[in-house]
Amino acid sequence: MTRRFTPKVVTANDLAEGDVVWLTADDRWTRHIEEAELIEDAGLAELRLLHADSQAHVVVGAYLADATSGPDGPAPLHFREAFRTRGPSNYAHGKQETA
Amino acid sequence: MYRYSDFDAAFVRNRVDQFRAQVERRLDGSLTEDEFKPLRLMNGLYLQLHAYMLRVAIPYGTLNSAQMRQLAMIAERWDKGYGHFTTRQNIQYNWPKLRDVPDMLDALADVGMHAIQTSGNTIRNVTADQFAGAAADEIADPRPVAELLRQWSTDHPEFQFLPRKFKIAITGSPNDRAVTRAHDIGLRMVERDGEPGFEVIVGGGLGRTPMIGKIIREFLPREDLLPYIEAIVSVYNRLGRRDNKYKARIKITVHEHGIEEISQRVEERFAVLRPQFSGVDQELLAMIEAQFAPPIWKTKAEPETPALTAGYRSWIDTNITAHKRADHAIVSVSLKAHGATPGDASAAQMRVLADLAQHYGYDELRISHEQNVILPHVHRADLPAVYAALRAAGLATANIGLASDIIACPGMDYCALATARSIPVAQEIATRFDALKLEHEIGPLKIKISGCINACGHHHVGHIGILGLDRAGVENYQITLGGDGTETATIGERAGPGFAADEIVPAVERLVTAYLDLRASDYETFLQTYRRLGLAPFKAALYPEAVSHAA
Repeated sequence: MTRRFTPKVVTANDLAEGDVVWLTADDRWTRHIEEAELIEDAGLAELRLLHADSQAHVVVGAYLADATSGPDGPAPLHFREAFRTRGPSNYAHGKQETA
Repeated sequence: MYRYSDFDAAFVRNRVDQFRAQVERRLDGSLTEDEFKPLRLMNGLYLQLHAYMLRVAIPYGTLNSAQMRQLAMIAERWDKGYGHFTTRQNIQYNWPKLRDVPDMLDALADVGMHAIQTSGNTIRNVTADQFAGAAADEIADPRPVAELLRQWSTDHPEFQFLPRKFKIAITGSPNDRAVTRAHDIGLRMVERDGEPGFEVIVGGGLGRTPMIGKIIREFLPREDLLPYIEAIVSVYNRLGRRDNKYKARIKITVHEHGIEEISQRVEERFAVLRPQFSGVDQELLAMIEAQFAPPIWKTKAEPETPALTAGYRSWIDTNITAHKRADHAIVSVSLKAHGATPGDASAAQMRVLADLAQHYGYDELRISHEQNVILPHVHRADLPAVYAALRAAGLATANIGLASDIIACPGMDYCALATARSIPVAQEIATRFDALKLEHEIGPLKIKISGCINACGHHHVGHIGILGLDRAGVENYQITLGGDGTETATIGERAGPGFAADEIVPAVERLVTAYLDLRASDYETFLQTYRRLGLAPFKAALYPEAVSHAA
């Protein structure tokens, strides 16, 4: 039996701003994980990451992060990815600043 | 203080122009990230979790009021109004935009500062005793030598692509406040038959394989310093492992080859290099030394002592260190207000510090590796005025060397390498000890927190060290005990299994309560008690359930 695939989102940092972005199904980079494409298939995930890697003039360091389907859209699984959706815990800076 | 020569100024400005063009080419797509990354790292620019981060060198932790004001201006104009002082006497800006970084570097160049070699596999910012030139216990001011090392190592053609980063620390005092034994090279000024020289320590380091450095030369004459250091780095450059990043630091090279073999190779290389140093370096050193001449000391009668508040007395007790002149004092300004982020200063606070340095402190400021700011020379008559100004700016926390004077790395709140957060743990421990009103009774206690195994928070040399890890997708904190970063340097021992985020503060409190019960007298420090009794009683306090199961 093969292990069940954990759904993924493609994420990176914006080249000019440095902040966290996610890849949408229609090939945009969004600041909100809820708008990201939740990828449920391993092969498709690799293809989407290849697409992200071709966007080197827009984003830096794209990778696949585990995610789950939340009430508003994709949501992070690991605490590191959760921090990336918000910002640091010592000041209301980063994404939580404008949320 | 050292003032840039025309050469220094032109060099730094050229580097900014180069980097400005590199940023343009990255943004217009002519450079890939693989091509650009080494270029930005050479100029101190990292990409972290939420943003870019610019790490600016504060050479040997020394700066003047104009430089501090410029750091404040940069924080407000291009960042979020604050800066973070680090364990390597640098300042980090956590929110710059790529396009703004060349302007930030130009603003730094305006006051004789830069971010060169604050990253990459090069010789990094040379760190020094934060009390240099002021301490009562000092043989000589180590900063002229540190400046000589900065000039020698900056853009040194042989050492731009070392196997791994390389850190040098120097102290002029027998009481080691610069953690020299945990650096790639540590230098301690010593005298032999009235001649000044150095004890040279090599192969110390923290990180995943912590090691206390070994003495490679008990006495190195002062004029042999550069060729000897060049010989060490050159031997390391040749032998250091490039096959495995985790085994690439010189501590591993020394460990694998043995100090005898390394010493022999260094001496052979030194014999070749020594004649190539014509003495120009010593002429340069003499010129640098002239710029570090002590200020013209103010003399004034001590004023009538005003009615002292308890707060002022407490601050004098903890934050003042003996100066080499009896009528002066060294003031440590704590950047560890209870509940605040260790090492952070707002632009407004930086300006207050700059003003105080200018009015009361001979225009000098220092940054300590413990993430505090120092006014190294303050006339004792000015202490009440300095205290009042600090208090008004939220900078008069009387906790230097106490439980809440915690070193913490940025951890997973900022750092892309981190495995857990450090800052909230530091904030909670400090807040808890403040509520208990116990830290003055506890006395000297160094708590150091790292958010990953790379140990930027120096946890291995904390009396209580805390290491944040990711255990199956949850933050978990391991405790080490009995570490020491001074001249009696020791790597702490792991106490046992880690603690969850909500268990770590109570665990530290149990340790401290146990110490208060166990200490032989009010004067026995935590570290002394630990050294007398060993791990067992502290382990019992940390893991009471294990004791009750065994019973």
